[in-house]
Amino acid sequence: MRQCGRLFGALGLCSRGGRACVLACAAIACSQAVTGAPPEIPEFALENPAPGVYVHFGQQAEMTRANFGDVANLGFVVGARCVAVIDTGGTFAVGRALRLAIRHVATVPVCYVINTHVHPDHVFGNAAFADDHPEFIGHARLADALRSRGPNYLNALRRDLGDAAEWSAIVMPTRSVANTEVIDLGGRVLSLHAWPTAHTDSDLTVFDQASKTMWLGDLVFVGHVPVLDGNLRGFLAALNVLRTVHADLAIPGHGRALAWPEAMAPEQRYLNGLLEDVRAAIKAKRTLTETLATVGDARGDWLLFDQFHRRNVTAAYAELEWDD
Amino acid sequence: MLNSSGTTERFAPTLISFAAFRGGGQCPSGGRAGTERQGVYYRQLPPNEPWSEQSPAVRTEVKLNFRFFCLMVALAFAAAGTARAQDANPEDSVVWKKVHASVFGNAPLEAADTVVRLDTPKRAEDAAIVPLAIRAQFPQTRERYIEKIWLIIDNNPSPIAAVFQFTPESGRADIETRIRIEEYTHVRAIALTNDGKLYMAANYVKASGGCSAPAGKDAVAAKASLGKMRLRVNDAVESGRPAVVQLMISHPNASGLAMDQVTRTYATPHFVRRVEVRYGGKLIMSADVDFSISENPNFRFYFVPEGEGELDAKVVDNQDLEFTAHVKLDSARLGLASTPR
Repeated sequence: MRQCGRLFGALGLCSRGGRACVLACAAIACSQAVTGAPPEIPEFALENPAPGVYVHFGQQAEMTRANFGDVANLGFVVGARCVAVIDTGGTFAVGRALRLAIRHVATVPVCYVINTHVHPDHVFGNAAFADDHPEFIGHARLADALRSRGPNYLNALRRDLGDAAEWSAIVMPTRSVANTEVIDLGGRVLSLHAWPTAHTDSDLTVFDQASKTMWLGDLVFVGHVPVLDGNLRGFLAALNVLRTVHADLAIPGHGRALAWPEAMAPEQRYLNGLLEDVRAAIKAKRTLTETLATVGDARGDWLLFDQFHRRNVTAAYAELEWDD
Repeated sequence: MLNSSGTTERFAPTLISFAAFRGGGQCPSGGRAGTERQGVYYRQLPPNEPWSEQSPAVRTEVKLNFRFFCLMVALAFAAAGTARAQDANPEDSVVWKKVHASVFGNAPLEAADTVVRLDTPKRAEDAAIVPLAIRAQFPQTRERYIEKIWLIIDNNPSPIAAVFQFTPESGRADIETRIRIEEYTHVRAIALTNDGKLYMAANYVKASGGCSAPAGKDAVAAKASLGKMRLRVNDAVESGRPAVVQLMISHPNASGLAMDQVTRTYATPHFVRRVEVRYGGKLIMSADVDFSISENPNFRFYFVPEGEGELDAKVVDNQDLEFTAHVKLDSARLGLASTPR
């Protein structure tokens, strides 16, 4: 790169270290270099809010080439015997960065990879853990959900992320949770709970008893507008149960956690508003298209509102129109 | 450094070299990545310290490196290619050329402006439920009416999503439904009028973002309520005037295209293949459809009630299960009794 900079600097094309110059150098030096080795993400931050609990907060964004699909919160819990990973990110590259981070802070192997649900930003890093031969754990319906959605997700990932999606793959669960189960990491127990259809039909939460940390998956969104891809009333019902959980730390699927259960309040308001608005539209005999045109003074401070709100209205309408 | 026992002492910051954090691999020809040492900063907080955006406890940072630029350049080129593909002319679609030849014998198609209008969103927000409307631009009369409308979604696994049939008794050859969109695609409505002419309206629909799939929301629930139906006539109905009908069918409408990764076999397809709606025995709308129609198929269309009668909907799926629903329209409902004008 230094040579490159000197060359272009000498030619008067750009100042040394300038962005355009670096790009030009990269284009020349690496025009054939992106195949073969897995892509690497440029930055991966890890936080350690409680002993043995590590979290990577993904960006509040849609999955793009630039962010490598690093948009969901991920992390892991370290026990005396082994490590349990909770969600793996939107690409192999993110999963790989998470795996390298684990090696830095833990000497014990990864024995469990838990997916909180089927969405691509949470599962496509799984393949990076294949060499650890962990148990891949998911909701009892995760396998079916991955079967019917996985190929679409993978196509879309390749379409939207190009080379950044390389090496990403669908990894099926090897162990499923139908209700509640516990796994032991060696002196540290995690309880896993499978939910009826809510955000999706494969939502699983993880509770670390030692630190009282609740990994919520996408049952809770903070900042990022909630996304409905399951059942609206199921979603609200799940929140009603979750709010009774005593947790010192709550890790949502997207955004920063605040105090629990206060962290869920904005989402609960949003989903209740969605329920009321769409119900009113159906009662007024508005069609789905008419409803999409009229519903929504719900924007508030939500991030990614334009990307997901209309989708939520669509899903809510299709569910609620069967009610009366 | 590892501490899983729940102690509360504060740890001294720990520095870890960045090079070890990365995998192997470097750009060829001199651009050695990651040679500058980047710091990784660790700080462990006691578990009860407030945890918020303002107090990130431990942060590990890896700065942009050379390899990343390589990737970004490659991606920029790839993105440009995709953008060009999206602007494709509807006539250039390979699938369309095949369908045009096989279904329409390459017959000429006129622009549909004065015959039908096709309403779709520009982007499929939820890939599984994309609202779509085809609206006739003139009423159905014995002299001039739309006989058939083909709904074609070029880049779906089965491009011919529906073939709707209408009669003069339909009143209006309008249809509203919801479709699945797999990919960036042209969506077409091709209308055949009773004089044998064909007209095409086409829209380009962008696929949804990567976290939406055309699969249903809850396959188990859909199966549990299989065959439940709603058939509704708009409240404001008057003899001799077109009235809106809504038909809702609880059905997974599943493609069976999902492969079981373990057994390498495909799921059983289970979808509605035919819908017929009659009033007083006369056909007002029929549809030959498949799994491009969303889970819980939903249709809105018109009919003209000429006097008292019964509206009958019959639905048959690909496993030959048959479902029916009926609505009676008596003179009171039709305003035929002594309602003052």
